Amino acid sequence: MSNKEMVDIYILGKKYTVPASLTIMDSMEYAGYQLKRGCGCRAGFCGACATIYRIKGEKELKVSLACQTKVEDGMYLTQIPFFPGDKKIYDINKLEANADTMAQLYPEIYSCIGCNSCTKGCPQDLNVMQYIAYAQRGELEKCAEESFNCVMCGICASRCPAGITHYQVGILARRLNGKYIAPPTEHLHKRVAEIQEGKHDASLKELMSKNTDELKELYNSRDIEK
Amino acid sequence: MYTAQIRELIKKVEATRSARLGSDFPRMTPEQREEVLKEYHPDYKEKGFRKLRIGVNQGDKVPLELADVLEVKSRLGNIELDLNKVHYDVDVLIIGGGGAGASAALEAHQKGANVLIATKLRFGDANTMMAQGGIQAADKPEDSPAQHYLDVMGGGHYSNKKELVQALVKDAPDVIKWLNDLGMMFDKEEDGTMVTTHGGGTSRKRMHAAADYTGAEIMRVLRDEVLNREIPVVEFSPAVELILDSDGKAAGAVLYNVETEEYLIAKAKTVIIATGGAGRLHYQGFPTSNHYGATADGLVMGYRAGAELIFADTIQYHPTGAAFPPQIFGSLVTEKVRSLGATPINSEGEQFVFHLETRDVEASAIIRECLGNNKGIETPTGVKCVWLDTPLIEMMHGEGTIEKRLPAMYTMYKKVGIDMRKDPILIYPTLHYQNGGLLIDEHGQTKIENLYVAGEAAGGIHGRNRLMGNSLLDILVYGRRAGTHAGQKSKDVEVKELKLDHVNAYHQSMEENGIQTDETSPMILPHYTHGRE
Repeated sequence: MSNKEMVDIYILGKKYTVPASLTIMDSMEYAGYQLKRGCGCRAGFCGACATIYRIKGEKELKVSLACQTKVEDGMYLTQIPFFPGDKKIYDINKLEANADTMAQLYPEIYSCIGCNSCTKGCPQDLNVMQYIAYAQRGELEKCAEESFNCVMCGICASRCPAGITHYQVGILARRLNGKYIAPPTEHLHKRVAEIQEGKHDASLKELMSKNTDELKELYNSRDIEK
Repeated sequence: MYTAQIRELIKKVEATRSARLGSDFPRMTPEQREEVLKEYHPDYKEKGFRKLRIGVNQGDKVPLELADVLEVKSRLGNIELDLNKVHYDVDVLIIGGGGAGASAALEAHQKGANVLIATKLRFGDANTMMAQGGIQAADKPEDSPAQHYLDVMGGGHYSNKKELVQALVKDAPDVIKWLNDLGMMFDKEEDGTMVTTHGGGTSRKRMHAAADYTGAEIMRVLRDEVLNREIPVVEFSPAVELILDSDGKAAGAVLYNVETEEYLIAKAKTVIIATGGAGRLHYQGFPTSNHYGATADGLVMGYRAGAELIFADTIQYHPTGAAFPPQIFGSLVTEKVRSLGATPINSEGEQFVFHLETRDVEASAIIRECLGNNKGIETPTGVKCVWLDTPLIEMMHGEGTIEKRLPAMYTMYKKVGIDMRKDPILIYPTLHYQNGGLLIDEHGQTKIENLYVAGEAAGGIHGRNRLMGNSLLDILVYGRRAGTHAGQKSKDVEVKELKLDHVNAYHQSMEENGIQTDETSPMILPHYTHGRE
């Protein structure tokens, strides 16, 4: 340990000296925590570990995912393991992919004051305010694309003076886009119908009747699509 | 950020890159594949395993770390519980809130059942969320379910349960349609054709994706739908033991609220274990790409109740875990990076294996290159690894491909100061998946009546090795099948008196076989110290 560069961090105000190479999440464990809340995939996909911090001597509050951010000397931190965002209940089969749907379910998006706090806070570097603007205008495909990398950590909503739950607006747009706006897939529907009609039963049955050697022969000589 | 020393080593990769571009590296012959597996795959390391001394699989070998959680006492050993004080009384209890649990919940609910999901962390905190590369389905004209079947059986070394494979490949196109109808955003051409690629061991391009957020996109959509249907989900409340009734049929579980440390009784007519894998047991000291909660809880509870394990001795090491820098050590580098053309390269700048062998073969070849041929690269923290030459991707498919098709990977590396578009990345196999699990039939049923298993906790589908893209598929195929069957069946079940007799019997069997320990399981959460003294 002795040759490692160490830094001082303050977890909920309490000082710990930890190796500088660690992420915030690892540093909490190094300090002795067994994490229950605020820890999920540990790889930046699940949004469980939203963290708010300030570096000693600086004014700005920063937000990040604990599993994706290295500790810094003088880091005062706390986690936001849960955010009471507002999710609307809906039947996706009964919606239309347009601005009216957005206005009905999430009317608060029109209260956006353009402060851009959501975008500044996003650990995925998404242009959150922009995708909310797309939602306002009913440009749902753009909203879906712009919000696609969202991990739904809730940091954006935690900073919004207008009470918008951005990540719920994003997923609504993505589902509407995937279901109604994206072009239908003909080959998929065709294959599903074929299977329902039993058209693939015989070929599967034949393969299932093969012994291992016969199957090996078929496998090793199968043609492989370029 | 690469050190100056590593930068120097990159030059050897750059020197050979243009000559390698477009040249086909030969695939291994069946004999060569067998040889590298035997000599270098961790499954063949006898020291990593031991034989179980108790239970249904007595005499079968399993990883040491799994045996360590199977051959210990229940957490409920010394606790007085009143099983008549029921906190949740439902038709279908689903243990686990990942892709398998969520899809099971939707189908059981569709059958009119009263469903409860109990999960250890948050709903959606699961390996599903982290799956990047894609999901297989034979839905294109040049492909067929039979072709898919052949690939699955060959990949699994012909050990798979046939009827489970048949159900997997036959349901696959419908799973894609189901997801599409729920509003999942698949990568499509302008005319609606699915954008599909190869995975290791596939003979057709049938890997469907949503960029490299495929699993995350599936999980987000399923979770949203479960919430829309107002199916109750109780978070931070893992099951710690199954409850059987006086007829020995599954009848619920004891849940543990990890925050208040209370035990709660959930009574149910049918129970579905959907607890996922075991990467956090760190078999043979490997780092893992798995979720924090992947501690084999379902295997432990199911085994104690008498469900049978199959292929528990076969573990999937994903060929490409991140080896550098330390902050992302063990994290997954999706197979899609190789699907798009990146190849493994040794310290001399030479390719040493075809880039899309099946995962077990590819991982073994990388281990051989480092440990056998001594042509690995050593990182500043002493980790042996090889290059994955990612700049090839944009040379083949054009600038912008990485940001468009691999945004999660690009972001992960950008955050640690590495531009994978321009520089290769360092990788080494990481503990990724349990190929086996609790044995099921094609409806997800175990031999314990009213007990179902779906997702990574289930075994038999993939035999001794799973192909990329068949796990996202199997969690949904078997999640839906188990949910449908358990939902339907719950209508005819009458639960008798709730009992934990199987736990007492297990303890007694431990005693009779001379196993003395005060340790308990399931583990629930790992305990990391990061080298703290």
